Amino acid sequence: MTLIAPDSATAWDLSAIRADFPILSRTVRNDRPLVYLDNAATSQKPTMVLDAERRYYETSNAAVHRGAHQLAEEATEQYEQARARIASFVGGAPDELVFTRNATEALNLLSYAFLNATVKKAAGAELPAGADRFVLAAGDEIVVTEMEHHANLVPWQELCDKTGAVLRWIGITDDGRLDLASMAEVITDRTRVVSFTHQSNLLGTINPVAEVVAAARRVGAVVILDACQSVPHMPVDVLALDIDALTWSGHKMLGPTGIGCLWAKRELLDAMPPFITGGSMIEQVTMERSTFAPPPQRFEAGVPMVAQAVGLAAACEYLDALGMSAVAAHEHDLTSYLLAGLEQIEGVTIIGPTNNIDRGSAVSFVVDGVHPHDVGQFLDDRGIAARVGHHCAWPTCRRLGVPATTRLSPYLYNGRHDLDEALDAVRGVRPYFGAA
Amino acid sequence: MDLNSLYQQIILDHYKNPVGKGLREPFDVSVHHVNPTCGDELDVRVHLVENDGVTTVDDISYDGQGCSISQASASVMYELLQGQELTEALAIEGAFHEMISSRGTIEPDEEVLGDAVAFAGVSKYPARVKCALLAWMAFKDAVVQTQSASSLFSSHDAPNGEEATT
Repeated sequence: MTLIAPDSATAWDLSAIRADFPILSRTVRNDRPLVYLDNAATSQKPTMVLDAERRYYETSNAAVHRGAHQLAEEATEQYEQARARIASFVGGAPDELVFTRNATEALNLLSYAFLNATVKKAAGAELPAGADRFVLAAGDEIVVTEMEHHANLVPWQELCDKTGAVLRWIGITDDGRLDLASMAEVITDRTRVVSFTHQSNLLGTINPVAEVVAAARRVGAVVILDACQSVPHMPVDVLALDIDALTWSGHKMLGPTGIGCLWAKRELLDAMPPFITGGSMIEQVTMERSTFAPPPQRFEAGVPMVAQAVGLAAACEYLDALGMSAVAAHEHDLTSYLLAGLEQIEGVTIIGPTNNIDRGSAVSFVVDGVHPHDVGQFLDDRGIAARVGHHCAWPTCRRLGVPATTRLSPYLYNGRHDLDEALDAVRGVRPYFGAA
Repeated sequence: MDLNSLYQQIILDHYKNPVGKGLREPFDVSVHHVNPTCGDELDVRVHLVENDGVTTVDDISYDGQGCSISQASASVMYELLQGQELTEALAIEGAFHEMISSRGTIEPDEEVLGDAVAFAGVSKYPARVKCALLAWMAFKDAVVQTQSASSLFSSHDAPNGEEATT
């Protein structure tokens, strides 16, 4: 692969980068070159990540944290080195990073910490020191926003159903920004958790984290940031953001599927009861009861996803070599180009911010007279991979009065030529379906 | 594959000018079906009438929103099944389901399926199969619910207008 020094942002060598991603050279549908613009759903993988996984399996594969043989030692070392590498990617400490199956599981791990603490407390069971922070009472409130992915909504709805807590949310404006004016009414002394997205997967909006965190801090709520759409695309530093927990997925940031991450402050992890229980997460077990290992092992029951962790660490290497500021700058340029191009097409309405301020590269739109599913099919026929539907953000679609959208989401290996292809295809949609 | 094999003119025509759209009375059962992957929603009402032991589909009414495939499919279904004997309507439904699920391996029988043969191209696009089936699955569900409800009553006091949601 070709690594670009972090300080050479001006020399974005797109052809060298694209050469690192074998899938980008394949063709689809009638031998069309692939134009992959569905990166908000999942990213493609560079050879470096694939090689790292393969090398692990070929040389060091073993079950980690058990066994006295050399391979077990090597596998454990690679797994824990990967943890440290990935934690440092977001500015966290190694013992503050928990591996999960995906970001959805990471958010469930957090919501279940509240449920399990509440249920155990009611049953008089033993809880970790400090767990009272996770014990909910009827009338306590959980705050999310109206632009959440279902993964940061449904687990909290479930938690409220089981505990009598009340779900509240910060609304959004017609142009897809957080309605900060309503925040003071929503975040109150009753708020125990504020869990919100850093960047909307549907709208592309980058939220004002500092303002939401300030409101949450004033009332002592636990602050959780869903960073699925930010960690892959911009520099993210958990300490600078002053949050309590960060959740994200590996597969959206050039890493493998099957691995997600939870970073949380050490004192928070220490106070949380376990989520999935079984082997590897215990301290002592008798027939009557068990005690649990300290974090992060407490939250990693069973044999973990070692190869995926090794692959994700390689993805962090790749991204850091490019430089996350440079990645963000490249995407910002593409986003401006895409927004401007879409705005010039008659019958196209952008759903989400139309100006490129505090905005990521996920751009949703609707085409007058043509359903998004049909738009996506037309694009697919030109070799363009777009996402259609409600993007697991159905309430956000409802709020903005659209049943679904078509979404284009460029990433670091896309160039303006990809967007030219996409814009040309979008121009052809209404004539094809007889809507123009 | 060619996009025109998916979007045949007859499908686009039904999409733009759907036949029999709009919810009507009387009906036996009303069902609400959604395609959770794309957000398409469809209400389907069925009214069955029994005469001399023969059950006929007296009316299928529908309303909803979705892509051209799901909406045109509902319209074609109305044209094909409205007024049919129930056994014949279910046979057509079966033939349609078989064609759509065939990945392009079944040559559809135009005698049975009429305009619905235009959907044969959909079977080559696995992601669109659910779109084409949405209305038909709702119809089948409504018939099953109507029959299980009417088996609890005599045919004369079947619970007209009862709402059922799935």
